[in-house]
Amino acid sequence: MMSREPAERIEAPFAGGVAARLVTGQRLLLNGVLYGARDEAHLRFTDALDRGEEPPVDLRGQVIYYVGPTSPRPGRPCGAAGPTTSGRMDKYTPRMLEYGVSAVIGKGRRSPEVAEAIQKQGAVYLAATGGAGALLGRCIKEMHAVAYPELGPEAVYRITVEDFPVTVAIDGRGDDIYRIGPARYRMECE
Amino acid sequence: MREIAVSLITDKVAQLCRDANFELPSAVREALEEAKGVEESPQGRRILGEICENAAIAREERIPLCQDTGMVSVFVEIGQDVHVSGGSLSEAINAGVARGYKDGYLRKSIVSDPLFRVNSGDNTPAVIHYDIVPGDGLRLTVMPKGFGSENCTALGMLKPADGRDGVKKFVVGAVDKAGPNPCPPVIVGVGIGGNAEKALLLAKKALLRDPQTPAVNAEDARLERELLEAVNKLGYGPGGLGGRVTALAVHVETYPTHIAGLPVAVCLNCHSTRHKTWEWRGEDDE
Repeated sequence: MMSREPAERIEAPFAGGVAARLVTGQRLLLNGVLYGARDEAHLRFTDALDRGEEPPVDLRGQVIYYVGPTSPRPGRPCGAAGPTTSGRMDKYTPRMLEYGVSAVIGKGRRSPEVAEAIQKQGAVYLAATGGAGALLGRCIKEMHAVAYPELGPEAVYRITVEDFPVTVAIDGRGDDIYRIGPARYRMECE
Repeated sequence: MREIAVSLITDKVAQLCRDANFELPSAVREALEEAKGVEESPQGRRILGEICENAAIAREERIPLCQDTGMVSVFVEIGQDVHVSGGSLSEAINAGVARGYKDGYLRKSIVSDPLFRVNSGDNTPAVIHYDIVPGDGLRLTVMPKGFGSENCTALGMLKPADGRDGVKKFVVGAVDKAGPNPCPPVIVGVGIGGNAEKALLLAKKALLRDPQTPAVNAEDARLERELLEAVNKLGYGPGGLGGRVTALAVHVETYPTHIAGLPVAVCLNCHSTRHKTWEWRGEDDE
């Protein structure tokens, strides 16, 4: 893991080949566009795909951020906007990656099926710091709902970010920071 | 007999909801600062730094600490000599939650039906717990809690034969199962005894205690120390990326139980352990 290296600035959505060279433990600063989507948006989106319908927004090649932001105060682009627990999206993620999403951002463990799909599709799972909603919200320069606006915090948001900090959590080789990291510090209990 | 108007209760609950979401309790901030000195993992120290910076930004700019501004638990201790006038106490509390979440630009995270899942639009209803106590005072504690950690709650109806070791194994197992998901470093609330719902309520209320304060009972305090040491051997660390500080504190609360049972409940709270209390002792104090 390369946690001591300085963070690398990367454009989002990723250019061709970028996802494939990212390594678990590497720190990145994302610049560009992310799409915020969580539980209910994933359910509706994959339902549309399964019915053979065109989803309301084209997410192929895009980076999805598992987030349900607070409403901003007037005159501000964003309130608090940290990651939500990724595991709740495990059911939908293989389908989303197969559809063409290139990276997902969240926090916490993923299922073996998701890790496998990440390897198969050459995608990547990125971790943002859970509970740092005020800090991460500062990196968001613009945010508006682009699909399912009636869902409020669960709508799909187009989010413009500057130097949004993440750590590579599962890379294209399947190396998982949530396994490797704790294993290093785990001690046997008597 | 002392009289309190529901309008005052609504005002106070609204304010408590806003303040709780913007201001991390100072004892929790101190525990996080202290953890920076203990944590060996460089990633872990960086994340603790981010968490402390996050708390400073939230406080200064009145931005929620976390986008999950939670489902609100309200703990009410009401003196038996208090008369609430002008309406329903529960409705007044919920009106305060609705106003606080609207005025504070806090996220509305509640769906009105768990299966049909339509947002209630104002973060109500809260979950309200009443304690009738002697006297003519009123004490309100508002605790907004996110579901990243709430989803990691565990209840074990152990056998009396499982004993103290069984309890330890269950608590450490619950934290291990939760792993990175509840946003460590966590505070671990443990309720032992009572029946199923009493154990859960003890565990939830245990999260309100300052991380630095041990249990009053010496045996409970000893169990807390042993559990904290065991939990911090799991290796999850800040953010779950690996490290020594998986928990800031373990708080144990106990209650008498049945001859046939040993209930144990574990409630985890993320590092953003938020709560605010208001005490009313009569109109002169306002």
